[in-house]
Amino acid sequence: MGLFVLRRLGVMLLTAIALTFVVFYLTNLQPNLEKLARTEGSVRMTEEAVQDWIAQNGHSGSIFMRYGQWLGVVPGWTYTDEKGQMRGRCFEIGQDPTAAPTYCGLLQGNWGYSTFFKTPVMDSLGEKLAATGWLMLAVMLVMVPTSLLLGVLSGMREGSATDRTLSTFSIASTATPEYVSGVVLVALFATAATGISPLLAEYGLIEPKKTLFLASATSAMDDITFWNFALPVMTIALYGIGYIARMTRASMTEVMTQQYIRTARLKGVPFRTVVMRHALRNALIAPFTVIMLQFPWLLNGVVIVESLFNYKGFGWTLVQAASNNDIPLLLACSVVAVVVVLLTQLISDIGYVFLNPRIRLA
Amino acid sequence: MTALAPDTPWDPSQPILEIEHLSISFFTRMREIPAVMDFSCTVMAGEAMGLVGESGCGKSTVALGVMRELGKNGRIVKGSIKFKGRDLAQMSDEELRHIRGSEIAMIYQEPMASLNPAMKVGAQLAEVPMLHSGMSKDEAWKLARQIVADVRLPDPDRIINAYPHQLSGGQQQRIVIAMALMAKPALLILDEPTTALDVTVEAGIVDLVKELGEKYGTSMLFISHNLGLVMDVCDRICVMYSGEAVETGNVVEVFDEMRHPYTQALFRSIPLPGADKNARPLISIPGNFPLPHERPPGCNFGPRCDYFQKGRCDAADVPMFPVPGSDRHETRCLRWQEIDWEAPPAKREIKQKAEIGRVVLKMEDLRKYYSVSGGAFGGGMKKVVKANETLSFEAREGETLAIVGESGCGKSTFAKVLMGLETATSGSIMLFDENVQSTPIQKRNTDTVSQVQMVFQNPFDTLNPSMSVGRQIIRALEIFNYGKSDAERHERMLELLDLVKLPRAFAERMPRQLSGGQKQRVGIARAFAGGAKVVVADEPVSALDVSVQAAVTDLLMDIQRENKTTLLFISHDLSIVRYLSDRVMVMYLGHVVEMGTTDQVFSPPYHPYTEALLSAVPIADTKVIRKRIVLEGDIPSAMNPPPGCPFQTRCRWKSQVPGGLCEREVPPVQVLEGGHQIKCHLSRDILAQMEPVIKIAAE
Repeated sequence: MGLFVLRRLGVMLLTAIALTFVVFYLTNLQPNLEKLARTEGSVRMTEEAVQDWIAQNGHSGSIFMRYGQWLGVVPGWTYTDEKGQMRGRCFEIGQDPTAAPTYCGLLQGNWGYSTFFKTPVMDSLGEKLAATGWLMLAVMLVMVPTSLLLGVLSGMREGSATDRTLSTFSIASTATPEYVSGVVLVALFATAATGISPLLAEYGLIEPKKTLFLASATSAMDDITFWNFALPVMTIALYGIGYIARMTRASMTEVMTQQYIRTARLKGVPFRTVVMRHALRNALIAPFTVIMLQFPWLLNGVVIVESLFNYKGFGWTLVQAASNNDIPLLLACSVVAVVVVLLTQLISDIGYVFLNPRIRLA
Repeated sequence: MTALAPDTPWDPSQPILEIEHLSISFFTRMREIPAVMDFSCTVMAGEAMGLVGESGCGKSTVALGVMRELGKNGRIVKGSIKFKGRDLAQMSDEELRHIRGSEIAMIYQEPMASLNPAMKVGAQLAEVPMLHSGMSKDEAWKLARQIVADVRLPDPDRIINAYPHQLSGGQQQRIVIAMALMAKPALLILDEPTTALDVTVEAGIVDLVKELGEKYGTSMLFISHNLGLVMDVCDRICVMYSGEAVETGNVVEVFDEMRHPYTQALFRSIPLPGADKNARPLISIPGNFPLPHERPPGCNFGPRCDYFQKGRCDAADVPMFPVPGSDRHETRCLRWQEIDWEAPPAKREIKQKAEIGRVVLKMEDLRKYYSVSGGAFGGGMKKVVKANETLSFEAREGETLAIVGESGCGKSTFAKVLMGLETATSGSIMLFDENVQSTPIQKRNTDTVSQVQMVFQNPFDTLNPSMSVGRQIIRALEIFNYGKSDAERHERMLELLDLVKLPRAFAERMPRQLSGGQKQRVGIARAFAGGAKVVVADEPVSALDVSVQAAVTDLLMDIQRENKTTLLFISHDLSIVRYLSDRVMVMYLGHVVEMGTTDQVFSPPYHPYTEALLSAVPIADTKVIRKRIVLEGDIPSAMNPPPGCPFQTRCRWKSQVPGGLCEREVPPVQVLEGGHQIKCHLSRDILAQMEPVIKIAAE
């Protein structure tokens, strides 16, 4: 087991390097750098000045060298201009270049400086990730139990009225993308003019001109309450609920037709126990992988929802970084995404072994 | 089981199970499909009742009906099933639940599928007493351990903590039996319990079932298509045909003095000792099994019966008639008193022995080794599995060479190598003077491919589930470049369907609408589509019903005579091998342990393994006396074969070889008279003293 995890971690590291290199290459394409030069320097720079700026700020040279610098395995660039002023990756202007370290990349903990937020990437990203972490946790807490319950309930008696009803719900919810369900939810619960809020106000249940839920989750950055968090969480969860419930149902119906379920029934095991003890574990093997795959997918779900509800988390940051050509921030976001994807896959593989005794790690 | 005990105590002299005029139907959107009609049978305490019939005759439906496990569509429409005097058909689900597993237990056909893969064996066993007698978990596990020891599994402590996939097929079936015995049931229903197992393992299971039945006084309902097995296990028999019981009675009486044409036809279609493919061929039952909604009026067997009388047999439903002066012997035949039951079959046509021609296939010193990784995490030592070890033989045109052995002996690997699905490690395969040893199938030309075809073991997996039957056969014809036009190929396809005795309407059907036997026929039709010269039949009939087996083997023989096909018949069923093969090759763990003509192999001297194999095959003839040799344990793993002779771990003759030679050296091949080869250390004197396993008692 230990050996397996070590080997997998090694493979993960290689994958992470390959993936981040691809992102690095794409974000450091020449037009991107030119655009960066114009935003950082001056919009009216001449073509030549742009090239000079790129060369003077460590953006020229081989892509591998630059990637190495970013990673921290190649010494950081330095540049001495005509005034004898020295600039470099590893020190601020005016600092003593000799006192600065030679290597300063990801491995040394230097994630770069966000050109848009004007703060070190580490600082801004850490805070944003924490915000998204809470969102994801809430989503998972709502989504996983609900969807498994729905899936098992509809799968245990295939074709029954319960099955049909729940299946209709799951299909409907998974067929609705977040940007639709988000808007619908806001219109229903979080506008003073439409939906149920005016009705509630009429009955005197809430104050006039107020809404039941808040349409903006900005206040949840400081203090999470049911009222400001429910809508973003539900928007993400609804889609996933339908999807995982469908998977669980399919797996459950298959398991329920297996011969060992008949064996259990003919042993005189009550139906409830048949489902709980004999069917559930076998039925969860397939959805478990799906649930683990939901984590990376959540990262992309939050992009939409965080923009929609103005919740300043990871997704929102990613959008800002992309639209403002903030290369260091984009790279950092991609590192986070890659790590999340790979880690969940590792957990998924290990968990699979525990659920399914027939599988051995190999 | 005290809480729900019946009000009236059950009298042990009364039947345990009494089924009266039971009718079970399945309801689909289109129509009602009667699966079982007017079925009656009685099982007394301690009695074993055999339920025999072809697939689709309703025998499993009866068993599941007794358990009231008929699914959503199935319903008991008439009659009663009295268990210890209480009608199961009227019971509530809750009452039923208390009877299931504790009073009536069931043993299933596929042990692997009927054990929960995600639960430890012990937990699955312990569940039964915990449910039914409220036993504590510790006690239940202790009982489980004891019962596991009772079903003679080695190392019960390890086994109860194992998962089902860690056990062999025979061990799994013993676990299923143990599970059924956990609550000491009064009635045990066995649904083809040994069909998925090897013969020598089957022999062990059958002995176990019989012994346990005697030990606990359990009554049994034993469902099987194997008449020999039923004779071994049961006291009474009930023959079913198309949803009805056609004959019932004492096993010996029914076997010796059958009083129903179907039973008679069934016996004439199984290969008993003495049957011969040329002089005394099997007689298959003409026609096809009627579909449940297309049953004829009157006697269901009428249209296929030799004694059919128009206007009488098809006039009205036929009731059961008791045979006077017998032990509860009944038959569902109007004419049973008129038929001369001793008359020899009229239309047994004697066939010309096929001429054996030139050598078509020659293998020399063939070896096939696989290397597998040994460690649990992928690393570790590489191990070599020796699937085939120095295989040498020739097969001639028009000859049937049988390759006999149990699972894991390397017979399927050999077939794969011949087909080109695998390439041999060393040695040569000469096919029509062409060395194909290292030519994989992708590189063989269409001619070679259509000349060497295969009939596969598992009919369920070999057909494309989303292509109609006709289309699949036409596809094979297209690949083999048969015919000029689609119409011509279509015509040939219909002929092929006729050839394998399938209704032409089946061309439009999807594989899922066919039974296992029907699928296998499609597989055979496909194999012969290109006029194959060498056909490897890998257990082609092991999944089929007896009367179908006869028809299929006859079909294979007919095509062989006509086309001078060389047939390599891979099988573990020695009765059928004895019937149809010219020469036999017995394999064990990759080695050929014995080879010779059919007569040489089936009479002494034997290789000790052949001897055990022969004795394990059940024979449905009361006049045959068999020596019973039950092999201990399972076949050793090919990954870790024993040193020396591969069979030494289970050999009962080992003590006859001096100096522990068997454990040290692989025996040499001894060539006896007539080219009979035996790979054994036993001296010729001892071999010559061997007695025949099967004797036919003097009449």
